[in-house]
Amino acid sequence: MALLQISEPGQSPQPHQRKYAVGIDLGTTNSLVATVRSGSETILPDEQGRELLPSVVHYDNHGVSCVGYEAAEHSASDPSNTLMSVKRLLGRGVDDIKTLGDNLPYEFAADSGGMPKINTAYGLISPIQVCAEILRKLASRAELALGSMLDGAVITVPAYFDDAQRQATKDAATLAGIKVLRLLNEPTAAAIAYGLDSVQQDTEAQRRLIAVYDLGGGTFDISILRLSKGVFEVLATGGDSALGGDDFDCAIADWLRLELGLSEDLDRVEQRILLETARFAKQELTEHLEVQLDILDTPLVLTRDIMYQLVDGLIDKTLRACKSSLRDAGIKASHIDDIILVGGSTRMPRVGEKVGELFDRQPQCTIDPDLVVAMGAAMQAEILIGNTSADDMLLLDVIPLSLGIETMGGLTEKIIHRNTTIPVAKAQEFTTFKDGQTAISIHVVQGDRELVSDCRSLARFELRGIPPMVAGSAKIQVSYQVDADGLLSVSAREQGSGVESRIEVKPSYGLSDTEITQMLQDSVSHARDDMQARALREQQVEADRMIEDLQAAIDKDGATLLEASELQCLQVALEELRQLRQVSQDHRQLAAQIEALGKTSEEFAARRMDASIKKALAGLSLDDALK
Amino acid sequence: MHRSHNFFEIFSLAQSWEVDIDQLDLRFRNLQQEFHPDRYASKSDFEQRLAMQTAATINQAYQTLKNPLLRAQYLLKLEGFDANQETHITADSQFLMNQMLLREALSEAKFSEDPLKALASLSIEALENTAALQSEFAQQYRANAYNKAFDTLAKMQFASKLVNDIAQLEAQLEDL
Repeated sequence: MALLQISEPGQSPQPHQRKYAVGIDLGTTNSLVATVRSGSETILPDEQGRELLPSVVHYDNHGVSCVGYEAAEHSASDPSNTLMSVKRLLGRGVDDIKTLGDNLPYEFAADSGGMPKINTAYGLISPIQVCAEILRKLASRAELALGSMLDGAVITVPAYFDDAQRQATKDAATLAGIKVLRLLNEPTAAAIAYGLDSVQQDTEAQRRLIAVYDLGGGTFDISILRLSKGVFEVLATGGDSALGGDDFDCAIADWLRLELGLSEDLDRVEQRILLETARFAKQELTEHLEVQLDILDTPLVLTRDIMYQLVDGLIDKTLRACKSSLRDAGIKASHIDDIILVGGSTRMPRVGEKVGELFDRQPQCTIDPDLVVAMGAAMQAEILIGNTSADDMLLLDVIPLSLGIETMGGLTEKIIHRNTTIPVAKAQEFTTFKDGQTAISIHVVQGDRELVSDCRSLARFELRGIPPMVAGSAKIQVSYQVDADGLLSVSAREQGSGVESRIEVKPSYGLSDTEITQMLQDSVSHARDDMQARALREQQVEADRMIEDLQAAIDKDGATLLEASELQCLQVALEELRQLRQVSQDHRQLAAQIEALGKTSEEFAARRMDASIKKALAGLSLDDALK
Repeated sequence: MHRSHNFFEIFSLAQSWEVDIDQLDLRFRNLQQEFHPDRYASKSDFEQRLAMQTAATINQAYQTLKNPLLRAQYLLKLEGFDANQETHITADSQFLMNQMLLREALSEAKFSEDPLKALASLSIEALENTAALQSEFAQQYRANAYNKAFDTLAKMQFASKLVNDIAQLEAQLEDL
């Protein structure tokens, strides 16, 4: 792979600056941050040299008291203020949480939007805020290690996350002040980390079919990929966004409770002790055949056999998801060339055994299953930020769950099917069913079940102002668009009158833009570092990027694609930004000028895109002619 | 690249029922190498949006040409025949009768002694039907007999739904 970036002549006034990008694995149990240094991906440890950051945040009366290992120490003594495994709550409603089991030792309060908030000593805290704290901690760890502000990050999400959960993750990053280059599916990230290695070792490796089995603390994913000459094409993905090692712990804790003769009605401290003991026992049984426990002054023995009986049902559930994804991909288990194990929960030997049986092949775990996702994400971040040439690698990912619309009788009509390659845009036509109907209500849902009530409700909106017509004669086009992050936006348009309504799907369980702005302001007033300086620096970086890009574009295509007057107009606007960049100390002023130049250059950008499309199509035709 | 671009032109393929899938795969990858939003991740929001739309069109074109049923629908749409899946129905009563028998067999398969075996043989029959319909379509389309091809397309839609339903039932039974 070419690692050198070649600059075009006559561009940027400054030499190419290296940009700093990281990959972040925001895990249920542990989180990590990694970057690419001198061409190889490296986990960035904390000052004590620890790679993992437990995904735990502790609150006291004044706010966040600590994050990570320190916070985890409070878990038994102060359970209701020590928030862990919060990723399980991301993008979920209060009702969903009840189905996650009663083992979460928190007090919940629903806000008006139906998003659960956790009652802490500091007040009501949303899961998004908790995740933002974890991300902030990782970002500052990275900035310390790299000695620079971050230019962007790739954040990984379980492949099976729905739109609400993805949006919530992105919101958390926004709150933490991180520019998200891409939300990347965890199994895909792992495949990159493995795939590129194997490509480097074996250039003969052409088409390989890879299954990534990713069992984390709270989520399970299975992805089937085809790897061919650096193109990672996800064929199918499946899983369960509420199944993971935590459930193993709960099953074991429940057994402990029964053995101890305790009722189901435990206080929070007892719950935590049982869960902690269960987790300890599970880890011990990775190496040993039995473990001696001492819980609440009672000695107890747990054997591997008993534990396997407790967890086998859960593992079987993951295997059913594997079979279903294989079917979706149109592939037989025996055709898979490599199985990759990802996620801390695959350390349990039983998991590898059962997965191996299904695929009739020994799974691989040569890269630490806790680290591999962050490493793959770092590699992708490095490419997206433009530090390495990306010619050799391309990711083609899919949406995990069908996106549909509610139709008559509470039924779902699918508009985009699961496992469709993203980005994707699809439109479907609907009509009115009453004479003179002037509005139509659109209910956007996600899921693969027939009934709307069995699917995830993402958003509702209305298209109003339809001219009165006879039933069935209005033509309402509903368009769904999913971007490369897997995020959906929806618009509806009455074709005859042109009445349009558009919505960025902000799920009922997410934060509104106003809430995010408010929280950002709040965090500014609490933050120690100078947010003004930071904001200015961000805008300066953005301005430099824009000046450099636009100058290069003008040098290359300005003369051919623009009229003389248009070119002059653009150059003037560019010069204005260039001057302002040198003198301005006001990030708002700079931002406004960047936006203005952006607008001015849109037409040019569109023509450049058209030109490269024409060139691409003509290039192919030329190939044909030469054949 | 806009949705109005001819999908065959996007991949420099002749507008025809027969498509060289290897060629299609190769060109698809080459185009995505150039236009995928990942290639524009550090560009302006506007350029990222353009790239997303372009990549979405390439994806749609690829999926349409790769899938025989979608490809047939698209070919006829270019000739002015819009096959809305629900309202476009064949009048061939013999075909419909045969489909009804297959549907009955499908609903009975669950209760047979060996449901998976029953489904497997049903599946073979349904796939043979599909293949026969496809070659019928190919001939008619090649002969510019679009009206006939359009009727065949309706049958293909039926047959494809049956294949899907069989697969779905197989999946359900295997999961039990």
